[in-house]
Amino acid sequence: MSDYLFYPGCSMESSAKAYEASMEAVCKPLGINLKEIEDWNCCGATEYLSLDLTPAYSLIARNLALAQEQANGTKTVLAACSACYLNLSKADHYMHEDKAFGRKINSALAAGGLHYDPGQLVIRHLLDVMFNEVGLDKIKEKVVKPLTGLRVASYIGCMVPRPDYNARISDTEYPYELDDLLKALGAEVIDFPLKTACCGGHMTQIGPATAFELIRRLISAADQYKADALVALCPMCQMNLDAFQGQMNGYFHTSYHMPILFFTQLMGIAFGEKPENLGFGSELVSAHAAMKRIGIQTPEPAPAKPVAKKPSGLPMPPPRVRVGQQNTANEEASE
Amino acid sequence: MTEQAIVSDPPSVGPVKHEDLSLLQEVALRTPGDPNLEMCIQCGTCGGSCPSASAMDHTPRAIFAMLRAGMREDVMKSNTPWMCVACYYCTVRCPQEIHITDVMYTLKNMSLEANTGHNGTASDFSKTFISLVETYGRSFEIGLAGFQNVRHFITRLPSITPMAVGMLTKKGMSLFPPKRIKGMDQLKKILKRAKELEAE
Repeated sequence: MSDYLFYPGCSMESSAKAYEASMEAVCKPLGINLKEIEDWNCCGATEYLSLDLTPAYSLIARNLALAQEQANGTKTVLAACSACYLNLSKADHYMHEDKAFGRKINSALAAGGLHYDPGQLVIRHLLDVMFNEVGLDKIKEKVVKPLTGLRVASYIGCMVPRPDYNARISDTEYPYELDDLLKALGAEVIDFPLKTACCGGHMTQIGPATAFELIRRLISAADQYKADALVALCPMCQMNLDAFQGQMNGYFHTSYHMPILFFTQLMGIAFGEKPENLGFGSELVSAHAAMKRIGIQTPEPAPAKPVAKKPSGLPMPPPRVRVGQQNTANEEASE
Repeated sequence: MTEQAIVSDPPSVGPVKHEDLSLLQEVALRTPGDPNLEMCIQCGTCGGSCPSASAMDHTPRAIFAMLRAGMREDVMKSNTPWMCVACYYCTVRCPQEIHITDVMYTLKNMSLEANTGHNGTASDFSKTFISLVETYGRSFEIGLAGFQNVRHFITRLPSITPMAVGMLTKKGMSLFPPKRIKGMDQLKKILKRAKELEAE
């Protein structure tokens, strides 16, 4: 058993419950003991840094200070959300590198009776821990239901491989960790060229046209490679590609159907966990058909409502029908 | 050489006043660590790597040229930093190792201070996000999306309704804000002190 200080982040408790549930389900058999940092706060995502740098870093550093207090022998902070992971490691990195900056953040923390010694903690992402600490051999041992026949696109996104302050990931643009992990589960992994492209981030709320184009690139590429599902490791990526896929389809008049799953959900399936314990069914683009291909029964999507046909042509008032002429009008229409 | 020395080693005695510095120096000084900003060779790798460059009025390369030329007003008015999606492609590809994404954050801070009010959609999103975090200590995604869409994308509401329903039913998200963290007072004190430090 190895102990980790766990920083869940806000998404894991609201939009990405499937990620948290499946992560817990796979961490136990692998001997990963997660100890949640007590009373953690939001990392500020990319938003606080945009407004005010010192408060933004102080907000992040409060979590590091709490983690250091509660460490109790363990040094590693584990985050599963890419943005949380990057923010925590960014604050640690800059407080360590720029001593004056570190003192400034610590004097803000002192107002709340806290202190963080930069470099004291090691901040790691869940994928990094799975690949480099647990190891593929141990993961392979636990596989009881190989995902043979499931064709997946592995998508890492931006904030885990870049800027990667501690050089933990194999490459900033073409890393192999997630591919290898999914292959170890028995899945057929396509050589996805956009594996570290951007999902649009907060652009869905700021500039939807830009966001839809970035989402389209990823979904259409995965579709062209005939992937059954796209596998993500960040709540933001999953939300953008899954929840906004319908709107993107509407914007481009396309009809892509690409289920977006968390890698821990597929690990859980391969480990023989029940789909309902892994958050299946919470995705807006249903993975039912994809999982059925390998004989896994996940919650069925609600039958699609028939879409009302939009009238084509110019908006015109309905033809006036006089009493007595109704029959002729109907006959004309049917002819 | 002297200019470079000022950028990387701010004088340790007495506070450095921003108004005494060139625009390039001010941006560099306000960015944590050394962003290597003065090293730009105008190669354009940043703009060519940027997924949202098409939405920007100036590419990042042009912004760096403008910073060097001291075009303060134009840089503060530009939407470039606000369109940054923080994907860090430019940062890892830059041959001069300029911390471009971090510089973009600094520029956003500065343009809010300058109050040019150019990109309300982006800065309002950040402000709403943070006001929720400052109230609860956690982010509140549904509330945030609601505020932002009512304020800036009112015509989009009908098209996002099915998605919002899916969020609540399938993803099990709550309409209610998250529970406040226990150390809310502590967090408020920290942020208050941090804001004072920022203003110094």
